[in-house]
Amino acid sequence: MTDTRAVELAFREEAPAVLATLIRQVGDFDLAEDAVQDAFAAAVASWPRDGIPKRPGAWITTAARRRAIDRLRRDRGLADRMAALQRLTEIDALRRDEEAALDEPVVGDDRLRLVFTCCHPALAMDARVALTLRSLGGLTTAEVARALLVSEETMRRRLSRAKRKIAGAGIPYRVPGDEDLPERLRGVLAVVYLIFNEGYAAASGDRLVRGELCAEAIRLGRLLVRLVPGDAETEGLLALMLLQDARRDARVDEHGAYVALDEQDRSRWDAGRIAEGREALRRALERRAPGTYQLQAAIAALHCEAPDAASTDWPQIAALYGELARRAPSPVVEVNRAVAVAFAGGDGLAVLAPLLGDERLAEYQPLHAAHAELLRRAGDLVGADAAYERAIKLSDNAVERAELERRAADARRVRGAQRPELDGDHRRSTANAKPGPLPSP
Amino acid sequence: MQYMLLLYDDPSAAPAPDSPEAAADFERWMTVTQEMQDAGVMVGGEALLGAETATTVRVRDGDTLLSDGPFAETKEHLGGYYVLDVPDLDTACAWAAKLPNAPTGSIEVRPVMEIPAQT
Repeated sequence: MTDTRAVELAFREEAPAVLATLIRQVGDFDLAEDAVQDAFAAAVASWPRDGIPKRPGAWITTAARRRAIDRLRRDRGLADRMAALQRLTEIDALRRDEEAALDEPVVGDDRLRLVFTCCHPALAMDARVALTLRSLGGLTTAEVARALLVSEETMRRRLSRAKRKIAGAGIPYRVPGDEDLPERLRGVLAVVYLIFNEGYAAASGDRLVRGELCAEAIRLGRLLVRLVPGDAETEGLLALMLLQDARRDARVDEHGAYVALDEQDRSRWDAGRIAEGREALRRALERRAPGTYQLQAAIAALHCEAPDAASTDWPQIAALYGELARRAPSPVVEVNRAVAVAFAGGDGLAVLAPLLGDERLAEYQPLHAAHAELLRRAGDLVGADAAYERAIKLSDNAVERAELERRAADARRVRGAQRPELDGDHRRSTANAKPGPLPSP
Repeated sequence: MQYMLLLYDDPSAAPAPDSPEAAADFERWMTVTQEMQDAGVMVGGEALLGAETATTVRVRDGDTLLSDGPFAETKEHLGGYYVLDVPDLDTACAWAAKLPNAPTGSIEVRPVMEIPAQT
């Protein structure tokens, strides 16, 4: 006897792979999705009675294809529907063993087709994110809407617009050819990392719901490593996400306040995640094809390896940021590099100087937060005070602002007292300029 | 599937007519057009005279209103089009990326609507 909940779990496990196969067989995203829904209803009706089939994926695919045939028969007006109907009926008429082999959705090719279609650059970025979560992650429309902080209605419209574009514009359901593959794969990785960061950056109030996005992104990362074996950056991204996610819980204290990296309770870091992340990074680095995700993962790994903040290998981290800046130069990387250089005992303020002279970065909050922190470390408390004030004014996030205000007050107290030497035990990274997660390059 | 490639360019950046640059430009367009024909994907295509020759027509309340100039005042003007018959969007975009105005202007790729035959 199987209850409905067990049916639902088994179904959710298989649904994305079934959908991927069915889209190819049916040639229509929407129809495939409806048919999978129909198959779910059929499973709820028969599995509790007969038990979960030995190969649930094949069962669902067959059931969904038959439902698709039913739907096409009801709606056979259009020529393209006739062609789809004929194709499906042919598949359905195969011998049972042939059919079972055909419907076994362990074949990675279909999943990969679905990956590249959902992340197609002709779709708007928000549509790519939504489609990927819905179709590959197997989240319901309501769950995707909640995680991305939009109404269910808005999400429903976004998804159906995206599917209309796929069908209308003729976005192909295939894995790109060798020539385009590297570039398109980079695009897929960017979508997955964006999903991760949506969850990682979530403020305290909605951490729980949005944190699911991190779990989903990691699941997608693992899937990609399976589907595109041997790609160093794919493994690098998975490593990066695992190593960052390991610290997710420790970033917030019991009152929901932000905890900077060097003040986190390291016993709360997830050892399982760290081990899996380091293993993924090790495999990636062995391929000798360095890239920006691997560099960021290597930085995250160094943080995870330090038993406490003071023993962090800052010279190595500063060097990795230097390499990252060479490959993907950006103010974000430079600010992080400056902090790492300073923590390694070098002249971080010299790294910041060209950025501070750049008019376009006048309103760039993390720059001023880092500047304040480095001035304070250098003993220039008057300068630090002004920089803190500027950073606080530019901050649009309450948690972050509170942290900056605490640091500014701290610095002022030190200034009022006797200006003790700042040694390693007192140093703190800033809330924003902490070496750590970077937006995808 | 048929796609229309709408070619947009900033005319102020175009080489002067009769200059060697203009001749080289023309040569580039002829080459890619020939390539499309050889590949058997080209359904049609034309180059247009400049937007200063455009007239926009509207009918409002039964009156025909003409105005000088293109429909939208933008820096980049519609300068021509191709209609291609290719399997999918990726193929259409790959052709678009080969066009001489791709590095400087832009190409809008739109599927041509299929009107079902009357039965």
